[in-house]
Amino acid sequence: MKFPVRFLVPAIAFAVLVAFFFVGLQREPGRIPSPFIGKPAPTFSLESLGDPAWKVGTADFSGRPWLLNVWATWCVGCRDEHEALLAIARQNRVPIMGLNWRDDRALALRWLAQLGNPYVSVAYDPEGRTAIDWGVYGAPETFLIDSGGRVVKKHIGPLTMEAWESEFLPLLTFAEGRK
Amino acid sequence: MAPRRKRLLAVVAILAGVGAATALAMLAFEDNLLYFYNPSQVLAGDAPSGRTFRIGGMVTEGSLKRTEGTLEVRFVVTDYQHSIPVRYEGLLPDLFREGQGVIAHGKLSAAGEFEADEVLAKHDENYMPPEVAESLHTPTPARVSE
Amino acid sequence: MIPELGHFALILALLLSVAQAVFGLAGGARSNTAWMAASRSAVVGQFVFTALAFGTLAWAFIQRDFSVLYVATNSHSELPLFYRVAAVWGAHEGSLLLWSLCLAAWTLAVAAGSKALEAPFRSRVLGFLGLISIGFQLFMLTTSNPFKRLIPAASEGLDLNPLLQDFALAVHPPILYLGYVGFSVAFAFACATLLEGRLDAAWARWTRPWTLAAWLFLTIGIALGSWWAYYELGWGGWWFWDPVENASFMPWLAGTALIHSLAVTEKRGLFKSWTLLLAVSAFSLSLLGTFLVRSGVLISVHAFATDPKRGIFILAFLTIVIGGALLLFAWRAPRLRSSAAFEPTSRESFLLLNNAFLIAALSLILLGTLYPLFIDALELGKVTVGAPWFNLMFLVPMLPLLALLGVGMHAAWKRGLLGTAKYRLYAIAGIGIAGSLLVGGAAYGDIRPMTTLGFALALWVMLSSLAMPWARIRARQPLPAAALGMVIAHFGVGLTTLGITGVQSFKVEKDFALGVGESAQIAGYDFKLAALRDVQGMNFIGVEADVVVSREGSPVTVLHPQKRLYNSGGNPMTEAGIEVGAARDLFAALGDQLGQGRWSMRLQYKPLIRYIWLGAILIALGGLVAALDRRYRAPVQARAGEAVVPVAQ
Repeated sequence: MKFPVRFLVPAIAFAVLVAFFFVGLQREPGRIPSPFIGKPAPTFSLESLGDPAWKVGTADFSGRPWLLNVWATWCVGCRDEHEALLAIARQNRVPIMGLNWRDDRALALRWLAQLGNPYVSVAYDPEGRTAIDWGVYGAPETFLIDSGGRVVKKHIGPLTMEAWESEFLPLLTFAEGRK
Repeated sequence: MAPRRKRLLAVVAILAGVGAATALAMLAFEDNLLYFYNPSQVLAGDAPSGRTFRIGGMVTEGSLKRTEGTLEVRFVVTDYQHSIPVRYEGLLPDLFREGQGVIAHGKLSAAGEFEADEVLAKHDENYMPPEVAESLHTPTPARVSE
Repeated sequence: MIPELGHFALILALLLSVAQAVFGLAGGARSNTAWMAASRSAVVGQFVFTALAFGTLAWAFIQRDFSVLYVATNSHSELPLFYRVAAVWGAHEGSLLLWSLCLAAWTLAVAAGSKALEAPFRSRVLGFLGLISIGFQLFMLTTSNPFKRLIPAASEGLDLNPLLQDFALAVHPPILYLGYVGFSVAFAFACATLLEGRLDAAWARWTRPWTLAAWLFLTIGIALGSWWAYYELGWGGWWFWDPVENASFMPWLAGTALIHSLAVTEKRGLFKSWTLLLAVSAFSLSLLGTFLVRSGVLISVHAFATDPKRGIFILAFLTIVIGGALLLFAWRAPRLRSSAAFEPTSRESFLLLNNAFLIAALSLILLGTLYPLFIDALELGKVTVGAPWFNLMFLVPMLPLLALLGVGMHAAWKRGLLGTAKYRLYAIAGIGIAGSLLVGGAAYGDIRPMTTLGFALALWVMLSSLAMPWARIRARQPLPAAALGMVIAHFGVGLTTLGITGVQSFKVEKDFALGVGESAQIAGYDFKLAALRDVQGMNFIGVEADVVVSREGSPVTVLHPQKRLYNSGGNPMTEAGIEVGAARDLFAALGDQLGQGRWSMRLQYKPLIRYIWLGAILIALGGLVAALDRRYRAPVQARAGEAVVPVAQ
């Protein structure tokens, strides 16, 4: 009996659909704002921006919440959020560590000297390997890590006071784990 | 009518129907597909003039201005490279805020202002419209130079 | 401790699902009584442990256990008890557990309620259901564990999204899921029968009530969602063709086509391949919907927070389940040929057309929903398909469907001579057109082609539905539940059509800037902002307005729209003030303060909108009545069906 091909049509159509979905998913990594929520932050220990002999990393803040801000001198949005970062740093609620991403050390230092330094320390990641571990795909990005070392929030794009107050502050009680 | 002929007729009818439906669907798409552009793309001329499209970005801090006592509001949408002024008459969604992501639906006026007929804001604390996140976000450059 | 118990229970449930699947399919293949019995026991066990897991999660919520990450991210100490429980399914992980629980419940129902089925067949059905259970439980345990701990525990939760703190939206997911998941029963029935290589009328009779039950839950679930959107989202819309809405509507369309197709297969042994394909499709669309909503692949304002790993898992699961079923279909369905003849005006013909139009509508909605994905995958830009496209595309197949519905109900099987029913139908058609013109002209003072057509079709369907029982009662003939159910459901369709036509044709929606004492007019009603005051609720503060509505000087009602700010922070929420009426809804929502003492307000006049949901309730009720027909509960002899129907001609 000749096999009636028409019975295969649904299966074939479905296969085409799955192919499209698969492609669609591959293009997704850029779109997920919070792939790490609740997961332990990837540990790192990098050279400090100011002094290559000094190491800074995730171990510096164990036991309390902190912010990681990914920035670079070539990033326009970073320039924009700088004022807000300075204001947040002045509040003294949480320490901010900067991750200087794929940048030039001298330029970065000059930038901080000219515009002000909101960071308690800055890690230097010229190759971008640590940034990759953190799922960073652009700058600026800001992460809130809780006192247990888990990523609680990832903010994409420039951080504003508005976002800080409405999105980060409520999470801090949560991130502190104790009153 | 012999079942065979009936079946053939049915097949022909179905094909004709499918063909007509597809044609109609494609035609209807023309007017109803809404493309998304960020401010830079709009200023570069990528967005269609005279047709409705969607624009998205961040609402620039301090740019929200109401015409006192009326429904008219103006604000600026930016992707941190370029900005576009938006004018809207109506109720803004609850989640609309300066410094947060927004998508507006409307046309570009001759004067270069975006006349919005609908304004959508993100619907969740952790959600940013993907198109907006992508356009605001500078991906790593090949090489850094002064 | 208790969350760990829940986690452990889930693992046990997974193991039992594996047992259920393996013993079910193998036992059925070998007609091994011991294995088949083992499979049935596994079903009970799976249900017990899944329920236990669900119970422990609910307990964690009730006890405000913020040491569980899921509880901490979706609850708050001030959240009222009812919403603490509803928060269990408020986000991805918990809603998966709800899915699993629904599946376990349906499986248990099938195991208990199908004693009269041949044991091997029943065993296979349970086996297939077991495979699906495995998928969901594995998904949870590997990528979406609701029992993950947060150490140290948070002192306060992040609160349930205020949008979800609403009765209708709280009960919407369980009802919707009972529907979605219920289609898995028809799916399993289809796979089992394909595997056996034979399909007879008894199979259709067995599948139909299960399908009706799932379908009616889905109907209610969708209606609830629409009603909720109308009063809660603050802007009076009741359907947006949003991907998440489409994800529930497409299985519903497939389900509707399925129950009609099953009627033909049951009565005349025809349409076997179509029925099987529809049974596979309905559940496939449910799974597809799950994928679309949780994987981040589609841009939707309603989508859950996404994770690429989850997306891949669901896609793989989808591929295996649906791909497997479709391959099974391709392999076995060619053997199942029907060979009865029917006339062009017979009921079979009408049901065939019904199938065709429903599938056409379904395909178009699927196209519109997936089109942005195709365009994006091909890197041609970012698009969304606007609501007007969907409205038009849905309308085109629906118009002929409604017209034919009125006639099809009266067509006889096989030969289809309408006989005396013909004259009744002419009369009804006349009344329909006249009535439509009357309603349009007299009630709304406006006669337009599409509106007239809409009202006419609505009246046509409603009266035609009533004509049949009326004739039967007059002739003192019995009216079986199945027929009564059909009448009620079709009447509901007419009612919904009436509502949609009314709203879309004559609604008025306008924004105004009003200060206290000022008023605005729409559709002959005067809305005056009489007062504004501060209010306080259990977990929010806000502003409330008194909007006095009058018509031609005489007072109609006072609306109380609110703007709320929840204690847990976040953006303000709008609670609309709505006056429900038999002929129309009046709607007022507060916007923002505009300065000079004015507030922006959205005022709406929505004629006949209630009938949309009332019609939906009737549709669901019709399904319930039909499912309870005695013939589905009569014990069935061992299936006396043809083993393989010889290909005629």
